[in-house]
Amino acid sequence: MSGRRIVVVSAGLRQPSSTRLLADRLADATVRALAERGVDADVEVVEVRDHAHDLVNALLTGFASEPLQAALDAVAAADGVIAVSPIYSASYSGLFKDFFDALEEDALADTPVLIGATAGTARHSLALEHALRPLFSYLKAVVVPTAVFAASEDWGGPGGVDGRLAERIARAAGQLAELVAAREPTARPDPLGDVVPFERLLGS
Amino acid sequence: MQFGIFSVGDVTPDPTTGRTPTEAERIKAMVTIALKAEEVGLDVFATGEHHNPPFVPSSPTTMLGYIAARTQRLILSTATTLITTNDPVKIAEDYAMLQHLADGRVDLMLGRGNTGPVYPWFGHDIRDGIPLAVEHYALLRRLWREDVVDWEGRFRTPLQSFTSTPRPLDGIPPFVWHGSIRSPEIAEQAAYYGDGFFANNIFWPLSHTSRMVRLYRQRFEHYGHGRADQAIVGLGGQFFARPRSQDAVREFRPYFDVAPVYGHGPSLEEFTRDTPLTVGSPQQVIERYASMRDHVGDYQRQLFLVDHAGLPLRTVLEQLEILGGEIVPALRKEMASGRPAHVPDAPTHASLEAAARAAAPAELAGEGSR
Repeated sequence: MSGRRIVVVSAGLRQPSSTRLLADRLADATVRALAERGVDADVEVVEVRDHAHDLVNALLTGFASEPLQAALDAVAAADGVIAVSPIYSASYSGLFKDFFDALEEDALADTPVLIGATAGTARHSLALEHALRPLFSYLKAVVVPTAVFAASEDWGGPGGVDGRLAERIARAAGQLAELVAAREPTARPDPLGDVVPFERLLGS
Repeated sequence: MQFGIFSVGDVTPDPTTGRTPTEAERIKAMVTIALKAEEVGLDVFATGEHHNPPFVPSSPTTMLGYIAARTQRLILSTATTLITTNDPVKIAEDYAMLQHLADGRVDLMLGRGNTGPVYPWFGHDIRDGIPLAVEHYALLRRLWREDVVDWEGRFRTPLQSFTSTPRPLDGIPPFVWHGSIRSPEIAEQAAYYGDGFFANNIFWPLSHTSRMVRLYRQRFEHYGHGRADQAIVGLGGQFFARPRSQDAVREFRPYFDVAPVYGHGPSLEEFTRDTPLTVGSPQQVIERYASMRDHVGDYQRQLFLVDHAGLPLRTVLEQLEILGGEIVPALRKEMASGRPAHVPDAPTHASLEAAARAAAPAELAGEGSR
């Protein structure tokens, strides 16, 4: 089977970032799970922090800079997306949301998405379910059932605080790989390449 | 090739003095700017149409009629006329009237308008933007081309035995441009009718404008109006020039930094890199705009935005002196060199009338148009 492209959107602000750490673990596990299914996959990482100023500019001017547009295009053309945000004030960070606000309408429609989040304490974990999952449902993405949360203490022991972070990563990655492997590689139509003939516009 | 200016008609405080012009001052300033455009040898003045503060030009034909009486040569146009929220019957009447008063020095640019509340204020819904533009324009064309119209559609009360008066001057409807930043449907509409397509290039990267124009050109040829490179293309542009480029940057930056639309966003350096805004010496402006045809092909009309963001009238008039005195003469020469003979100029009343007369023996006037 032909290769698939997984795009990771990581919205951590610090460097190094525990959000990126989780994102990389999820990406590695997804590539392995796809390989087990006989599917090659490339991974491209979008560090949202790198586009922070361009995102604000895009919100104000309505157009994206070239590097930001390249990142948005990569997400729109992805066969699977891994989206990981730090949790701030009970939700995804503002910058994480700005990135998805800058996407074209329907860019993520029917795209398999794995969601993950990080925070200082496990008390924030349900933000995945009450904030990230509805966001991606609104964007018409197919969100895998297992969302992966990592609190600071999860990085401490083998397999995390309850010994099960690695297990959750593997389960979520398996679910994403299953969806990605079952789909044909994504071919996004060029919005300007596909015109509606004017007779049809007149008749509608 | 035609060169001119287009105005949004915003009332914006001058950020360097904090002073906001009154509506009366701004309206009179727009007239002064239009008269100056003719004086310095420009071809076109186009006014925006807006129905909300801080903009003044809600009644374009009133303003253009007044300017018509005080000019001899200038083509009077719009940027844009709202084809969605205006009644097409009123557009047909107003612009035919203006044609008569201005001896044919009139064309117009149609646009949808992107201010949500304006639609309900005029009894419409922004979600119908494209269907409104399509239906209203189809009716507008018939009102100008058929003496008696029976019509029924989705968005306006039906018409039975309706005659729009006055009839277009010499039976020639004003030439129409369709303006759009990002809707392929509007490029398609312009191509279908063989009308002009105006890409308001000023807030967006040139790569995008170039794709939109290519689409319009391909579809213009598809619909049999001529070759792709004969389609009628206009571009927006924006500059601020002083003899020394560092003076231009220093003087324009405070206006740029807080300007409506892009203020508080990208830096002046980023915005001049990513969009056609050029701030520098006249020579820099000439070089930037001479290169536009590398991206969109030989084109017919270039309009510049010169009077926004609170720039004082005196400064705008100085910019027009530089535009008419240095920039446009050089650009006329640049754009004419190597331009193929089969690439037409922008249609004018005189050229459309001549074409209609030439076609008259073959087909009766009024037929053969969609």
